Amino acid sequence: MLEITNLKLYYRTQRGIVKAVDNVSFQLNKGETLGIVGESGCGKSSTAIAIMRLLPMNIDCYTGNVLFDGKNLMELSDEEFRTQIRWRRISMVFQGAMNSLNPVLKVGYQVAEPLILHLEEDKKDALNKVKDFFKLVGLPSDFVDRYPHELSGGMKQRVILAMALILNPDLVILDEPTSALDVSIQAQIMNLLKRLKEEMKISYIFITHDVALASDLCDRIGVMYAGQLIEIGPSERVLQNPLHPYTQKLISSVPLLRGNRMPGYIPGAPPDLVETFKGCRFFQRCSYGKDECEEQEPPFIEVEKGHNVKCWLYSDQK
Amino acid sequence: MKAIMELKNVKTYFRVSKGLFRSLIIKALDGVSLTVNLGETISIVGESGCGKTTLGRTSLKLERPESGQIIFDGQEITKMKDTRTFRRKAQMIFQDPFTSLNPNMTIRQIIEEPMLIHNISKKEREERIKKALADVRLLPPEEFLPKYPHMLSGGQRQRVGIARSLVLDPIFIVADEPVSMIDASSRAEILSLIREIQKKYSVGVLYITHDIATAKYFSDRIAVMYAGKIVEHGETQLVLKNPLHPYTMALMDAVPDPDPQNRFKFRKVVPGEPPSPISPPPGCRFHPRCPHVAETCKTNEPELRNISGREVACHFAEIFVK
Repeated sequence: MLEITNLKLYYRTQRGIVKAVDNVSFQLNKGETLGIVGESGCGKSSTAIAIMRLLPMNIDCYTGNVLFDGKNLMELSDEEFRTQIRWRRISMVFQGAMNSLNPVLKVGYQVAEPLILHLEEDKKDALNKVKDFFKLVGLPSDFVDRYPHELSGGMKQRVILAMALILNPDLVILDEPTSALDVSIQAQIMNLLKRLKEEMKISYIFITHDVALASDLCDRIGVMYAGQLIEIGPSERVLQNPLHPYTQKLISSVPLLRGNRMPGYIPGAPPDLVETFKGCRFFQRCSYGKDECEEQEPPFIEVEKGHNVKCWLYSDQK
Repeated sequence: MKAIMELKNVKTYFRVSKGLFRSLIIKALDGVSLTVNLGETISIVGESGCGKTTLGRTSLKLERPESGQIIFDGQEITKMKDTRTFRRKAQMIFQDPFTSLNPNMTIRQIIEEPMLIHNISKKEREERIKKALADVRLLPPEEFLPKYPHMLSGGQRQRVGIARSLVLDPIFIVADEPVSMIDASSRAEILSLIREIQKKYSVGVLYITHDIATAKYFSDRIAVMYAGKIVEHGETQLVLKNPLHPYTMALMDAVPDPDPQNRFKFRKVVPGEPPSPISPPPGCRFHPRCPHVAETCKTNEPELRNISGREVACHFAEIFVK
C-alpha cells in the first residue's frame, strides 16, 4: 500500500545541514502495522512528518518517492496533497497531541472540524458521527459537549484518536501516542489500538522509542539509527533474532519484568547528524567494527526473506 | 543495618486557593512510613500524582510535612532549623539532566559549587572533583572539566549531575526519575552507576520511578504507592515474584516485555484512572478500579499488614499468596 524509496529530509540549521532522514526505504502492506523504533534524534519522527508532508520552514532537501496506492505523493502539489491525502487517506496522532487540543472549543466540535471543512457536512450530522466515533474509542457519546480541561489525559488521547479516525483513513501514523501517559492508561490505549486494528482494518505506522511497546502492536519492526533504517523485518525475527549489532544491544538494554537478565547498555552516544559520514554510522560504538565498516557505507542486505539489515557482517550472505 | 532515613506517618498537604475564601487541600502524602538503611536502594514506584516525588522531596526537607516525623541518622530533623550538616549529607539527583545543569557554567564550576558553599579548601576541592569524575567514569577528567553542559550527551550530563551530588560525601541520596529523560540504551548504564556508588560508599538511596521494570534490577526493596499511600512494600524480588496487592499486579500486567506474541492478545488492564488526591475514594483508594473489590473495601480503609514477608494494604491479600 505504501512504498517509500530513498526518502531524504535534511534541515538547514545554524550548525550546518542536519540529515534527519537519509535514504530511508521501506514498504507497508494493507492492514499491517509497522513499528519504527529508535532513540531520540534518530529521525523516526522526521520520517513521519516527511510522509505527512508537514514540513518546517528550514528544509534543505526533501526528495525520494512515496508511493501510496500506486500514486507518487511526491508529485502532488501541496494543495492536492492537502485536499486528497492528508487526513482523508493518511492521518496522524502526534506526540503529546492531547495537550494541543484547543482549550476554548468543545472537543466534539474539534473532532468534527475535518468533516465540516473537508466534506462540507452539516454541523449536526457531523456531531452525530463524532458521537459514534467517541463510542468506538471508548468514550461516552455525551462527552462531545465537554471542554478539554474536563477530560483526563487518557480521555484526551482517545479524543485525539477519534480525530485521526474520523475521515476513515487507510493509514494512521502514531508518533509516541502513549509516551505522556501513565502505564495503566498506556495499556488501555494499546488495547484500544489493537481492537481498532482488527475491527477497522487500519494500517498503522507506530513510532516509539520503546521496543517492548512496539512488540505489543507491530507485525513488522524497523530500527532507525542516525537518520537511517538499519534493520527491518517481521517482529518475530527482529525481536528474537536481531541481526544488526545496534538492534541486538537495543533489545538487550530493555529491562525484562518477566525474565531475569541484567539490562545492558551501549557506551557512547549517537553521532551528530551534521557530520558527513563515510562508513557505518554505528561504527564508533560497535564491538564488531571492521576496516570496511569505517571506510564504506554498508549495503542493505536481505539476509532472510523480508528481513533486511544494513551491516557489513552479513555481506557474504548476499 | 543502620537506618539513615526514617519517615514516620508523614503527611504532606498542598493548598490550592479557589477564590477568596475557599481553598482545596491536596493530600499528596497521606500517612507514609518508610525506612531507608545505609547501603541499600529502595525504589518508590507509582504513577503520576501518587505522591512519589513528594515523598522524596519531603525526606529532603524540600517540602514541609503537615504532620509526622523525619529522622535522619538518628536525629529528628522535622522542625530542625540548622540544616547545614543535613544538606551536606543528603543529596538529590534530578530527573532532567538538560535543565538541572546551569548552561553558563563549566562542568568544573558545576561540580565545585556545592563545595564552595560548604567551605571546602581549594586543595581538597580539586581532589574531590577528580574522585567524583572517576566514580562516574567521565575520564580523563581534564577533558570534561572545561566543557559546558551542551557539549555533552544526555547520559554524560546525568553523570555530571551524579558527580555533583557525590562531592560532599552524602550518606543519603534521592534519585527522582534519574533516567526517564535518557535514551533507553543508556539507562542501564546510569542506573548501574548509581547502584555501584551506593554499594561502594554504603549510601542509602531512594530511587523514585514510574518504571517497575528498572526497579526490579536496581533496588533491594520496593514500595508501591497509590493515591498518597504505600500499598505494598517489601524485598523487590519477593514482591515482584508474587505481588499481593491488586494494584501492584495491575502495574505489572500493564508493562510489556518485548515479545512478538504480545500483539495477538489484549493486555490485562484495570479500568479508570488514578483518583484525584483532593477527594480520594472512601475505603480502599483502589477499590473503584479493583477487579477483586468486595463490600468491605468500599468503606473500610485497609492498613498495611505483614503478610508473607512484606507489608501490604489489602483486605484480601492472603488469597493471592502463592
